Amino acid sequence: MESTQGIPTLAEMSARGEQPEVLFWVGCAGSFDDRAKKITKAFVKLLQRAGVSFAVLGTEESCTGDPAKRAGNEFLFQMQAAVNIQVLNGYGVRKIVTTCPHCFNTLKNEYPGLGGQYEVVHHTSFLKGLLEEGRIKPEGGTFRGKRITYHDPCYLGRANGIYEAPRELLRKLDAELVEMKSCRERALCCGAGGAQMFKEPEKGDKDVNVERTEQALATESGIIAASCPFCNTMLTDGVKGKENEASVRVFDVAELLAGAADL
Amino acid sequence: MSFLPNILFAIALVFGIGFFARNIGRLLRNIRLGKVTHPGGPKSERLRNMALIAMGQQKMVVRPVAGLLHIIVYVGFIVINIEVLEIVLDGLLGTHRIFAFLGPIYDALIGAFEMLAGLVIAAVLIFWLRRNVLRLQRFWKPEMKGWPKRDADWILYIECILMCLFLTMNAADYALQQAGTEHYVQAGSFPVSSFISGMMSGLSEGSLVGIERAAWWAHILGILFFLNYLYYSKHLHILLAFPNTYWGKLGPKGQLDNLESVKQEVALMMDPSADPYAAPDAGAAPPEKFGASDVMDLSRIQLLNAYTCTECGRCTSECPANQTGKKLSPRGIMMATRDRLEEVGRKLDATRGVWEPDGKQLLDDYISREELWACTTCNACVEACPVSIDPLSIIMEMRRYLVMEQSAASAELNGMMGNIENNGAPWPFNQMDRLNWAQEIQES
Repeated sequence: MESTQGIPTLAEMSARGEQPEVLFWVGCAGSFDDRAKKITKAFVKLLQRAGVSFAVLGTEESCTGDPAKRAGNEFLFQMQAAVNIQVLNGYGVRKIVTTCPHCFNTLKNEYPGLGGQYEVVHHTSFLKGLLEEGRIKPEGGTFRGKRITYHDPCYLGRANGIYEAPRELLRKLDAELVEMKSCRERALCCGAGGAQMFKEPEKGDKDVNVERTEQALATESGIIAASCPFCNTMLTDGVKGKENEASVRVFDVAELLAGAADL
Repeated sequence: MSFLPNILFAIALVFGIGFFARNIGRLLRNIRLGKVTHPGGPKSERLRNMALIAMGQQKMVVRPVAGLLHIIVYVGFIVINIEVLEIVLDGLLGTHRIFAFLGPIYDALIGAFEMLAGLVIAAVLIFWLRRNVLRLQRFWKPEMKGWPKRDADWILYIECILMCLFLTMNAADYALQQAGTEHYVQAGSFPVSSFISGMMSGLSEGSLVGIERAAWWAHILGILFFLNYLYYSKHLHILLAFPNTYWGKLGPKGQLDNLESVKQEVALMMDPSADPYAAPDAGAAPPEKFGASDVMDLSRIQLLNAYTCTECGRCTSECPANQTGKKLSPRGIMMATRDRLEEVGRKLDATRGVWEPDGKQLLDDYISREELWACTTCNACVEACPVSIDPLSIIMEMRRYLVMEQSAASAELNGMMGNIENNGAPWPFNQMDRLNWAQEIQES
């Protein structure tokens, strides 16, 4: 296993006989997608700043199987789950944090029935915890008075009832949090879920991400905050499609927090 | 001769309730065509959901206008049905206002019924205006053409007529009470119908008795008709909302079940000592079908969902696919499931319960692949349903059939799944590059 200073893999830590406080499940988007990699990096900087003992699986991580399951391929999903659970259980992993709500949902809700029992936390909840413990201290200055609107990812919000953690983080930035026409339980999907990310949409009047972006732009916020790499991509594409990329930017909550902590 | 009305009434009652029981029998038979599942979860939580969501109308008020109007009609329906008990007893025993001995309590009850009846008429009128004059979008989607549209209007007309008959009956009764007519005991208070009563002032006692009797009979026969209309209508929700919310999904909405049949297959594949050429035991059950292509492949709860749907369209109006002009409508999924189930039921009636494949199925004949693939699994429809229906679960079962039984995923999705199989990510990246970001963090 290739060693990367500062970001230990679970294999390296185990070899040293150490066990991290938490495993950071990076996810495929966070590992490979250029935009999502920035979210991964921002979150890692926050973890390092807070002095969290964490590790990643590195090349031992594999897709959770979420897109396969939602596309109807239960077989492939359960094969992926079996392999991942073997790795996780092999290392005795107890707590997992992830920046992807799809990985979060799958690990938290669908792996237990297949033999993978872990405490799974989404990074917004984890960061909220760090903030409350005083382990990270964002400076409000960067975002003071700026309008930020928050997009609820379906797999974090409706699917798992987490609406407040990301909002509390944004409030800590001293920004003006503005809600879209549909939010929280009634938030509109970005259009990526259920394996839609990997296919062309069906025939219709409009793409879902355009509809959602229009709702976001209607709030006249300079920043659209998301907490899912797929939502991030969909909304970024939407903003570009509306030729608004000069005035409106899409960020992950972790990126905003890292920005405020001057990381 | 004097017992003739009692006998006629008893016949009507037996016939009305008997026909209703027959239809309920059919409904249960059809639901039992579905698979038995064991959703588990604490009974107390299920009862709590039923109390809050069905009895307490918790999710109706998410949309305040429709919610408030619905609560009026719902409370009116339940409370005024106390009066039906009296009507049935009077009809069977030949008495008149048998509960009159309750005195002031009776007066208060009748007064409350009257006011509720008035409010119900007003609410029903507003409902009708919302459907037909304001033409709210969700009532005019393609799946609402024809019978569903007429059904919705007829329910409103029937409710309005029943309430008007109830008030007319009381108005004539009140006039007769004031005239001191024999048999018409002084009982009840009539805050609404006294206005109608005023308009009857010129009528003879005979005419008033005629109006009172006619309205009384039409009202109870109307109720028996409405009871039997339910099975053919979206209005079944007034009964099925209760079991449906009881059996509604517990736990996080994002959690999909892990198919047991697949678990066995995967366990076998992972078992190094399994003999790949082993023939199944002679008595072994044939391998289970993956997913659903027809109603018999769905669970009983999903079929109960289909019968419970009252086609309000809240799911469809929240659906991102539907909002952006795609063919998918979660309500359409539920309506199609019920239509197919009813068709299967009718065929079973014709063949005395022996199922002969009819060359049709839920997939393609009722629900198109285009609809199934438009779903983002966002759970907006599940969240929106005021009676805990889960359209997404049916979509998922049908996708499972398409992919695992038919290998009918699109080329793009097959590409994504091939990538996961080959390199552990939905995109064709090298697994060994997974940690490249960590290198980049060092360099930045």
